[in-house]
Amino acid sequence: MRMELIQPFINAADAVFAESLQGPTSIGDLSMEEEAYRRKGIAALIAIKGDIEGRVILDLSPEVAVKVAGKLTGAEVAESEQVIRETVCELANMVIGNSVTLLNDQGFHFKVFPPEIHVNDEGFAGTQDTEAMVLSIETSCGPIFLNIAMHYLHRRRAERASVPALD
Amino acid sequence: MAQFAALLRKDNQPVRYLVVDDSVFARKNLIKMIEMFGGEVAGEAGDGLTAIAEFNRTKPDVVLMDITMPQMEGIEAVERIVRQHADARIVMVSSVGYQENILAALQKGAKHFVQKPVKPEVLYEILRYVLSDDPNAVGAPAVLAGEQRS
Repeated sequence: MRMELIQPFINAADAVFAESLQGPTSIGDLSMEEEAYRRKGIAALIAIKGDIEGRVILDLSPEVAVKVAGKLTGAEVAESEQVIRETVCELANMVIGNSVTLLNDQGFHFKVFPPEIHVNDEGFAGTQDTEAMVLSIETSCGPIFLNIAMHYLHRRRAERASVPALD
Repeated sequence: MAQFAALLRKDNQPVRYLVVDDSVFARKNLIKMIEMFGGEVAGEAGDGLTAIAEFNRTKPDVVLMDITMPQMEGIEAVERIVRQHADARIVMVSSVGYQENILAALQKGAKHFVQKPVKPEVLYEILRYVLSDDPNAVGAPAVLAGEQRS
């Protein structure tokens, strides 16, 4: 796992949650996982393809999602599946957008796919290249979980190695 | 809650905004800020195509335009609106704020860019600048009529 690829996502999530939820945040335990991802609440998965490839899963309980929705709209929001889905997607979009900005300005180019709501209890196992980093961020609305699996595209990695080829 | 002097048109009427974003939450959040600034929502749209139709229907003073949207993205919508209305004031509002995106939007005719999550004080200053119609008025008191709201 390359921390330089993961750090922008953690920094962006921390900043986005602090700003949009108007409260302090703290990063909880970090762990590396290679096993299939287990959903904790309702999750949005965003895939990235290009110079770097992988996926980010943003995961939160329905109760936390409703509190987040209230903060985002500035009004009390009744719980519904639509509200919860919209909330998770909006948070995921903001986190990914801000992360992508940081990585793009470092010279990485890639395509970001729209968030997909992840409803299976498990799936998306990590691989040797894409073991996932899992962390929770404590926010004023409750914990929000991030699961990040990211790696350099092989071509890009080969360029970085800059070993001259022998005929 | 921060207090903002009302941003008004030169005829002392509220500034009318078209809010374009595929996220209902993002629209509600922007509308909340528009109300804090003494403005009025002329229309809403969830994609670029609807934004063009709403612009033609409502003739807003300012458009707040997301970039990544279904059907037609914000930058293409900006190009089409500005082609027909060269004086349109469009501010891009997106979580994706890398330089290529910002440059593309400005080249197509957007006046400014603000990154999500939007801070009210940042959006306020950008709107003051955009509404001033005077690029030299950055940081100067608003050209528009303004009064402190109680």
